[in-house]
Amino acid sequence: MSSATLLTATPSYRLGEYHAFDSADTAFLYLVPSGAIFALDRLGKEILDRVAGGSLSRPELVEALLDCGYEQRQVQSALQEFEHAEVLQYGERHTEPAAVPERTFPLQRIVLNVTNQCNLACTYCYEYSADKISKTDGKPKYMDQQVAESAIDMLIQESELRPKIHVTFFGGETLLNFPLLRSSVGYAKRRSAEVGKHVDFSLTTNATLLNEEVIDFLSSNRVGVTVSIDGDRELNDRMRVFHDGRGTYDTMLPKIKLLLQRHRTNSIGARVTLSSGVSHVRRIYEHLTGEVGFDSVGFSPATANPSRLYHIGPQKMESILGGFEELAWEYRDHAVSGKQHGFTNASDTLKELHSGISKAYSCGAGLGLLGVGTAGDINLCHRFVDSPVGKMGHVNHGGIDHTARRAFLETHHLGARYDCHTCWARPVCAGGCYHEAFIHYGDTSAANLHYCDWIRGWNDLCLRIYGEISVRNPVFLDRFSDN
Amino acid sequence: MNSMRPINRKARKIDEALVAVTGDVQALQNRGGEGKVYYPMGCTLNFTPGWEVDVSGGTAGLCQPVERDLFDCYLGCGWPAQVPDHLNNAPDWTDKCASAANDWRKVDIVFP
Repeated sequence: MSSATLLTATPSYRLGEYHAFDSADTAFLYLVPSGAIFALDRLGKEILDRVAGGSLSRPELVEALLDCGYEQRQVQSALQEFEHAEVLQYGERHTEPAAVPERTFPLQRIVLNVTNQCNLACTYCYEYSADKISKTDGKPKYMDQQVAESAIDMLIQESELRPKIHVTFFGGETLLNFPLLRSSVGYAKRRSAEVGKHVDFSLTTNATLLNEEVIDFLSSNRVGVTVSIDGDRELNDRMRVFHDGRGTYDTMLPKIKLLLQRHRTNSIGARVTLSSGVSHVRRIYEHLTGEVGFDSVGFSPATANPSRLYHIGPQKMESILGGFEELAWEYRDHAVSGKQHGFTNASDTLKELHSGISKAYSCGAGLGLLGVGTAGDINLCHRFVDSPVGKMGHVNHGGIDHTARRAFLETHHLGARYDCHTCWARPVCAGGCYHEAFIHYGDTSAANLHYCDWIRGWNDLCLRIYGEISVRNPVFLDRFSDN
Repeated sequence: MNSMRPINRKARKIDEALVAVTGDVQALQNRGGEGKVYYPMGCTLNFTPGWEVDVSGGTAGLCQPVERDLFDCYLGCGWPAQVPDHLNNAPDWTDKCASAANDWRKVDIVFP
């Protein structure tokens, strides 16, 4: 607080940080950095309009509101609420310090890159394309059992008191090392049972190697499956091809249908990678839900240096946001009538908004999640596995390098990302993907500034949808609560 | 909160924090004082011997008649009531008293 403010008997209010939005004829506030969402009544809106309109002290504001016909009691109570929630503040703005967790953060999930080999040659792949950052020379092509078991032991030990842990299998193409996947699931279950923890599993696959035996194993072990697929034959086969250039759609489709038919014990989702030639959001969604039969579909733009042909430029990103918007409103219509909708980009964001998440880090990488490469090298996440960037130890040689991990957490905290300090979307974004930043700026700690407008547009849309659902069918939001 | 209605979970936490600061205990029938939160006094709090009156000022169905009061204080209440305590000193006191309204005569005198 400045000395001038201290000397003033009745300092003026200033507005705290928030993003205001309207939905279903109701005014809402999304508070920053707390992530709280409030609906305003007429008086609440009047208070904000007046403070925004000019500098007012509390007595001046009270007097103005009493003149409008509000009761003293009502006004005092409202002002107390606004001050408590820091929507109205005095003095100068303060910035949030970078508060790195005091002690080690317990591990929750490891991603095992069970192989660095793939039977496909997708143009945009971050493991094999021009933007490749992993150095696999001298590393085994396939993870062996000893490394996988050490990694699982490390997860159990480093998860400390967490009752639930998670193992994700990744590649390359994960199913190229199905024998290891099968034995690792058995080992993780046995070890978890010994120490009284619950373990669950998921994997990402291109679906080309699925068969009845694999599917039945996944189903009986409740392994969640994410299938990489980019839409119908024409769109999918533009980027997702075999090494000889043939499209993969015709190989995948019957196997995916078999998977959806036989595996009923956990979620099976489609993951679409959007690129400059593949950005037809609604068409892809309708094909994957309607014709293929997925319950949930998520979209993500390909991570690529702007110089790549498949990189999505700003204009194309706009059209993708348009496609997202169309599906998100459809999600809203379903939610209002109490029905499920499979657009997971919307449901994921709504879940975060519902909890009021306020991230210090943009994702769990290096925090509750670590990636493990085929040789046992520990890294920030699966995208950085076997890369010199984000290296954090080795499962057989000392486990997690806590010094490196802490150094990472210090430099990547939201408080250290100065570009983000005035952005209202930072509680949900926190600067964005480290890998995306590295590919674009050569620096994992850089904020993904090329996505800012897009992220704000998307979050504003989801806030409006959240607000509308809260007015028209609030019971629907209960499904976003954790158990 | 009145002018700011909490919608998501974080907002509800902020609301609860404000209630914790501004709320106060009130007598049961004084529901909803000015800007105050309604915390009824009664057996739900350790330091009160029972409901004095209900929200409408009545006494029916509270810790009356005495037979009901007896079990509430003997079994479930932490208040140092004028009955033996079940936990430490008189675990068998009501063994012969399956229904207080009918068997209250079988409840014996306990000497400390």
